[in-house]
Amino acid sequence: MIPVPASTRTGSASKPRSRPWPVSDWRPGATLEQLRQRARLLATIRDFFAARGVLEVETPLLCSRGITDPAIEPLIVRDGQSLAAGPRYLQTSPEYAMKRLLAVGSGPIYQICKAFRDGEAGRRHNPEFTLLEWYRPGVDHHGLMAEVAALVCSCLGERPWQAFSYREAFQRCLQLDPFTAELAELQRAAGQLTDPGTLVGGRDLWLDLLLTHAVEPWLAEQGLCFLYDYPASQAALSRLAQRDGHTVGERFELYIDGVEVANGYHELADAAEQRARFEADNRQREAWGQSPRPLDEALLAALEHGLPAASGVALGLDRLLMLATGETDIRRLLAFSWERS
Amino acid sequence: MANFSTNEFRPGLKVMLDGDPCSILENEFVKPGKGQAFNRVRMRNLKTGRVWERTFKSGESLEGADVMDRTMEYLYTDGEFWYFMEPDTFEQHQADAKAVGDAYLWLKEQDSCEVTLYNGSPLSVAPANFVELEIVETDPGLKGDTAQGGSKPAKLSTGAVVKVPLFVTTGEVIRVDTRTGEYQNRVSK
Repeated sequence: MIPVPASTRTGSASKPRSRPWPVSDWRPGATLEQLRQRARLLATIRDFFAARGVLEVETPLLCSRGITDPAIEPLIVRDGQSLAAGPRYLQTSPEYAMKRLLAVGSGPIYQICKAFRDGEAGRRHNPEFTLLEWYRPGVDHHGLMAEVAALVCSCLGERPWQAFSYREAFQRCLQLDPFTAELAELQRAAGQLTDPGTLVGGRDLWLDLLLTHAVEPWLAEQGLCFLYDYPASQAALSRLAQRDGHTVGERFELYIDGVEVANGYHELADAAEQRARFEADNRQREAWGQSPRPLDEALLAALEHGLPAASGVALGLDRLLMLATGETDIRRLLAFSWERS
Repeated sequence: MANFSTNEFRPGLKVMLDGDPCSILENEFVKPGKGQAFNRVRMRNLKTGRVWERTFKSGESLEGADVMDRTMEYLYTDGEFWYFMEPDTFEQHQADAKAVGDAYLWLKEQDSCEVTLYNGSPLSVAPANFVELEIVETDPGLKGDTAQGGSKPAKLSTGAVVKVPLFVTTGEVIRVDTRTGEYQNRVSK
């Protein structure tokens, strides 16, 4: 074995780490059986898509443009001879690159890749994680939900599934309509669930609090289920549509036994609308004291060229593996979690 | 004191919240698929003892609290304050009735106990889990009545009243679990 120089063990001396990695703890966090289960899961997924004629693709992990979403922070690579033109962003998802493939007529495509999100660490979060992302031209979000359920059943075994609209779920759990309730009503409901202390924010903050504190615990009792048709303000990259007099984003989230596993869209294909949403994100970022991000002009050009009507979904593979193995802490399922990598 | 971000909140960490020192009991990171991430934090207010759940935006931070737990020797009370001594430095601290709370029922001179200091002053006092105290008053014992499991109240030297078996008599020393206030056994003098 080659000894590791002491100076490289805990990173650069100018940036002391709050919790230095104990070098003695070099072993993986996962068991060998769990590593085999991961390999079997990957094989099952590749078989599933091969049988359905979906093409496996790869796109870059290091991208010249980041994303504007104010709730997701990328990790940025700044050092190296290849970075003369500027820093590169470790992808937070392969979405933009895959849409550029759809725009040249790739047809249905999927990818299994690493994605990175800064500051997300916990029992179900690791800053580096594995995503399965796929796109289906000619299918709306309800059609894609059915395919997501089929994939999950092929991985975890057959089981029933249900879908609830965002509105219906809030009405059931909180007896309030998330589209029409006054801000004060949302805050009052939040105050019954937790001490919100000094939280300040608009409707979306309070809706997110009610979702995480009341709706998600209820969804945890519904087995395999989807939440769909979100408020327009939370549409992200989904198309807007009218439902019962309200504008909704045709977006869905998959929950399995309360674990949020996937997020999908009936994809927005309008370049002008996409540009407006990027710019709105950047205004929000500035309001929150975050730096604005340059827009991904390559994606906008691809949408300008023409994106076929399609739905797409990103599914957290580590979480799916957690459900398949019964492991409750992602750090014990990854060969080397963030702390050990 | 240093500031601690929500992702550094760990059980046992002491922070300042709304002017009071608090201890973190549990910290859960929750995030809807998109949107605002929160930390649901169970904490105990060390002044009032209240335990509750507060929600923070992930990334918010709180100032650390100057709170330390010290093992000290209980010296005496003058009726208004209770006096404790650090065994290594002989430094003495006086605690008021609010800090001592119900612990006075189990404090015997020269016993060790846990004193929580906040900015150098006693904030709370926890007696040892088991203490040995003398019975100063109880009904006369019934010889031979060891099997029936009946009980009677007994007043201890500190003023605490505990239930003891019928055969235990005044002047005897007994061992008590201070967490439950339950009699454990007689202690030979």
